[in-house]
Order: sequence, then C-alpha cells, then structure tokens
Amino acid sequence: MHLSPSGLSVPGPSRRTLLRGVGGAAALGAGIPLLSACGGSGTAADPKTVTLGSKASDPVPKKAFADIYAAYKKKSGITVDVNTKDSNTFQEQINSYLQGTPDDVFTWFAGYRMQFFAAKGLATPIDDVWKTIGGNFPEAMHKLSKGEDGKYYFVPLYTYPWAIFYRKSVFKQYGYEVPTTWDEFIALCKQMQKDKLVPIAFGDKDAWPALGTFDQINFRKNGYDFHVDLMAGKASWTDAKVRAVFDLWTEILPYHQDGAVGRTWQDAAQTLVSKKAGMYLLGTFVAQQFTNKADLEDLDFFAFPEIDPSYGQDTVEAPTDGFMMSKSPKNKSGSVKLLEYLGSPAAEEIYLKSDPSVVAASTKADTSSYSPLQKKAYEMISGAKSLTQFMDRDSRPDFTSTVMQPALQKFIRNPKGVDSLLSSIERQKKTIFASS
Amino acid sequence: MSTQTTTEIPEAAAVPPPGAAPAKKVPQGHRRLLTRRDRLTLGLMATLPTILHVALVWVTALASIALAFTTWNGIGFDSIQWVGLQNFKELFTNNPQFWPAVEHNVIWFVALILVPTPLGLFLAVQLDKKIRFSRVYQTAFFLPVVMSMAVIGFVWQLVYNPDTGLINSIIGANKPGHYIDWIGDPDLNLWAVLVAASWRHTGYMMILYLAGLKGVDPSLREASALDGAGEWQTFKNVIFPTLRPTNTIVLVVTIIEALRCFDLVYVFNGGAQGTELLSILVTSNIIGESSRIGYGSAIAVVLLLISLVVIIPYLVSTFRKERRA
Repeated sequence: MHLSPSGLSVPGPSRRTLLRGVGGAAALGAGIPLLSACGGSGTAADPKTVTLGSKASDPVPKKAFADIYAAYKKKSGITVDVNTKDSNTFQEQINSYLQGTPDDVFTWFAGYRMQFFAAKGLATPIDDVWKTIGGNFPEAMHKLSKGEDGKYYFVPLYTYPWAIFYRKSVFKQYGYEVPTTWDEFIALCKQMQKDKLVPIAFGDKDAWPALGTFDQINFRKNGYDFHVDLMAGKASWTDAKVRAVFDLWTEILPYHQDGAVGRTWQDAAQTLVSKKAGMYLLGTFVAQQFTNKADLEDLDFFAFPEIDPSYGQDTVEAPTDGFMMSKSPKNKSGSVKLLEYLGSPAAEEIYLKSDPSVVAASTKADTSSYSPLQKKAYEMISGAKSLTQFMDRDSRPDFTSTVMQPALQKFIRNPKGVDSLLSSIERQKKTIFASS
Repeated sequence: MSTQTTTEIPEAAAVPPPGAAPAKKVPQGHRRLLTRRDRLTLGLMATLPTILHVALVWVTALASIALAFTTWNGIGFDSIQWVGLQNFKELFTNNPQFWPAVEHNVIWFVALILVPTPLGLFLAVQLDKKIRFSRVYQTAFFLPVVMSMAVIGFVWQLVYNPDTGLINSIIGANKPGHYIDWIGDPDLNLWAVLVAASWRHTGYMMILYLAGLKGVDPSLREASALDGAGEWQTFKNVIFPTLRPTNTIVLVVTIIEALRCFDLVYVFNGGAQGTELLSILVTSNIIGESSRIGYGSAIAVVLLLISLVVIIPYLVSTFRKERRA
C-alpha cells in the first residue's frame, strides 16, 4: 500500500465496490440457510462401514463404547466409524445435527426425547431390528423404545435407577431402619436431625436434581398414569393432585440440606461421603463421587417410600440410554446389523465391563459380575411395574428447562407461594405445548 | 460459508477495470496515486468486510426480528408459523423471569456506574502521580480485564461456594443452620456476582481514565497550581472537565457491558432466580434440543430495543455536537 501524499483522499473504486459488495452480500444472504451441518461423516456408502454419532465424551463411557465397536468389527468385519462430540454440545445441537447430514446411527435417550424426533421424521423406524432382539428385553423396555406411532425407534443399551442412597455404617451406628412408608420416612428425618445429621443431602445448582424429587413424590402419590399425563402436558398443573405433591414436598423440605440452589450435586454427594448427611436422592451415578473403595462398599440405597398404598413402590425412575437410526442412513443394512448387535446381551456385557455404574437394559445379560449395588439396581428395575425416564426426558425439554427448572428452584427457596407458582407453570405450559 | 466467500473474490477482483474508466476523466495526478493493484487491494478491503458485516450483522439481526413474530422449533423451514405479537404478549404477561431480568440488567448498569467507575477513576488518578511501582499496580489492577468472563465466573463461583468456598469458610457460614447461600439466595446472588463484575470493570475503567489523564495538558496543572488551587480543586475544576471525552467512552462501554453481561452469570449460577438476565433468557430459550426460536428471538428483540433507546440519543447528541463544531 502506497500512502497517498494527499492523505485521506482514496477515491476511485471504493463506492462502486461497496455497491458490488452489497450485491454480493445479498447473494450470500440468499445462501444463508446453511443450518450448520455438523455431521462429520464424509465417507460415502461403503458397505463395510457404518457411521455412528456419539455423545459419550467422558473417558469411561467412551472407552466402554469403543470396546463394543471393536468387538463388533471382529465379529462381523464391519467398521464402526465413530464421531464423538462433547455430550452437552451433542444434546444442544441435536436439532441441526439430525437435519443436516447425521451419522447412520446415533446415541440418544429413551422416552419423550426420542419420540419427539421420531414424530418429526428425523429417525428411521426399526421394527425389523426388534424382530431379532425383542426377546432380549423386558416388556417395560419394549414400551420405552416405541414412538407415538407404535413403531420401534430405539435400541436400549443400559439403564440406572434413581433411589435414596445412604451409608450402611451410618444406619448401623445410629440404629436406623430403612423406611418403607412416608410416616417412617418423616420419623427417620426427625431422628437424624436430632442426631445432628443433615437428613437429606441436596444440591440444585444445576437445576435438574429437583426434577427428580418431584418425579418420585408425584408417582408415589398420584401413580404412574397421572405422572405420564402430567409430563405429556395433558393433565393440569393446577390440579389438586399436583398441589398435594407440593404439600408433601413442603413437609420434607426442612429436612433437606440448606442453601441447595447454590450447591452442585457433587458437593451434596460429598456430604454423604463424609457421613455428615444421612440420605441422598439421586441416580446411581452418585457412586462416582465415592472414590474410596471402602466408602463405595458402604454405599447402599432403597426405593423412595410408599405414599399411597394403591401405588406402593411400583414405579421406578430408570433413565435409559441407547441408539437410534437417523432418517436416511447411507448404509442401512449395515446399520440394521449393528443395531441388532447393540441390542444383544453380548454388547451390553462388554459395556458394563468398563462402566460399572449402570446396569444392562436386557434381562438376558449376564449379571454374575455385578457389584452388590448393580445387583440391587437390576432387581429394582426388573421388578418395576412401570419405568419412568426423568422429567426432562419424559416431557418437552423446552418446557422442563425454561419453565420447570426455574420454578422448582423458586419453590425450594420459598415453598409458600405454591399456588401462584403452579398457575404460572400451567399458563406457560399451555403456550409451549400448543406450539408444535 | 467458505465456498461463498471464495466465489466472491473473483467478482471483487473484476471490479477495478470498470472503476478505471471514470478515473480517466480525473486529473492525471490522481491516476498515478493508485495503481491497478492498489485498487484491487482497496476493493477487497472494502468488499469483504461489507459482505461479512451485512451477513453477520444485518441479515441475522433482521432475521431475528422477523422470527420474533413466529413460532419455530428449528426443524425445517416449513414449520415456521406466523403468530403476530403473541410471543411478546406471552413474554410481558406470562413469563415470571422476564421483568426480573429487565430489572437486573438495569441494576447491573447502575451498579457499574456507581461503584467500579469512580473507583477506576480514583485508581487512575493515583497511578497518574508517577508513584513508585506504578507499572506493577497498573498490571495488577488491569489483570482481571485480560481474563475471560467465563474464567472470572468460575473463579468467583469457587470463592462463593456455600460449602467449601473461601468466604463461608472464613466466616464459618458453612454449617447447617448458618448457611449463607451466596450463589442461590435471590436476595444475595445478584450482589455477589456484581462484586465479581465490578472487580473486573474497575480495571477496565482505570485503564480508560489513565489514558485520558495522560492526555491532559500538564500546563493546565501548572497553571492551576500557580493560581493556588489545591489538589482536589485542581481535579474537580480543571482535570475532570477535560476528561469529558473519556467520560462519554466510559458511559458507552458501561452500557454495553450492562446489556451484554452473560458469560459471568452463566458460569456463576446459570441465571438462577435472582440473577436472571435478558441475555441468559435468550440463550436458554434458543439453544437446546427443541428450541423455542421464535420466543427467544422476541426476547432478543426486546434487548435490541433497549440498546437502541440508550444508544440513539447518545449518537444524536454526538452528531449534533460535531456538526456545531
């Protein structure tokens, strides 16, 4: 660049170019519908390769999945080309991912979150796969794998229950009994408070743990069917039945750990590790915080106590993860074969070898290598009459994240304004469920 | 994107020849100043930023405004439905987080103007006195500005952690019954996070004022000293009025900071009750699996309008002054 002696005078092409530029930008604007195609699979239909989009970015599950694919390659000669993304990013981008050029098969959750994309035509029905693998799974898993149209869309791999965790040594030391009814539960909370323990550890900074507490009280009090209707937006949040759930919750809230909204679940779990808290309602992944082996062996859990005897403890919250097939897989026959393998007990056993915090979704999988905790989780799930997934998997994710999470945080802070809170939830729910 | 830009370059390259034709009429001296290559470079320098600006600022902003009147779940363009003002109606009447968010954005601005800005000015004045280790202090105060907001949020979140955080451990507020929940308590958390924001903003303001003070003519100080003015009087009557241009910059920067504050709070507690902010509402509605893009865009439009209300009077007055000058 020569600097002109006249300083600022830079005449000539600028205005014209500017106009051209505007024209060019308009052309570019027209080309903007490039909803980021974040599918990474560039390889064209190669009958020996199936592409798979994975959200398993944490080291333990990542390795566990890799072991399955390696075993599958050995068995069938088909290579699984894995495209792993950070699990949060994967979930947030799932919309554009499935609309762009998704991988043939992708990891996902059972329940409403699966049915939503199935109903939008972003997944391929896999009834043919289930003809082969159907016998491996209990009835509850069949139900979880179907879309709203009654076709299968999902192959479950593993699952884990939500329950109340406690330390066996603490219960022994103070002579506590595992409570099975609401009254026993309240009495135990009172006793723990007297013994200078935090009865129920609680951390809701991430805003989802409170959803789990609501789920438990709701299906114990109102039963599975009402819970499903409520999650699906059919039942009303201003119903007296929902109000009753919040009344019960208000009753146990004083026994929860203070300052929950500022605490992560990991920190809350640490109070159970350090024996400062008596109980903690969470998924089995709480075991990840028990890094000391002796502490882990001391960990045990029981089902959330019965509230209404007509429902007992028949429902278990057991989020299930597995696989789906994208809308137009490049290698369909290969994908079908892969899904058939993934639905087999062999694949599940390989997974569990590397990730012992969960249990197999199939009843055929070998349970002999399970830890006592896994055995108990397995019995709890296989003995359940109905399985739920978790509020953010059973209901619309936009509803749970933008309405329920802040609402429940508010309730935990101040349980007094329940009625106005519920009518606000109901109003917002109507708008969200009215949109497609 | 990349293919679009590359196809654009040849077109831009083709610009100079037509541009050369009228140049012939221009006096000779002018022609020599710009070679063909210069024009090409200049053309590219003007075209590429324009394309990027229009595509990334105007097209997206207008698309966002249009989407604010629709409902769209982000799946396929045919699922966009026109709903008129319904998103706004819903927002103003039904969203329990919306008005608190507006309020918090305003508090954010007022707090930044009232605390870190005077503090930054104070530090700048002290550092301007050429005291010893001035550079060291400058660096220390400016360091938070260099750090990303997300990192600041993370660090302060550790300081405020109710169980293991620095503050609660020191004052013994981490036992059952005595908890001070800096992060979750809606009466506390906004102030807690504002301390973190001010911590960074002070350094920012200090650098701006320091630059302004360096530009103050030393003869002014001398003159006022000769007239017998004390230090405070000199500052109040002589120095501060000459800092006027810096003050306008400070004001604009602070308004921008208050409106775009996001990352700090998002990392701190995700915008829980007490710290709701418009930017966080936009994000939580748009990003996610079954996004409410229309609704989120409506919040973004509100944010845009608020920015315009603040920026337009400022621009109008600035231009008026320039014209008068």
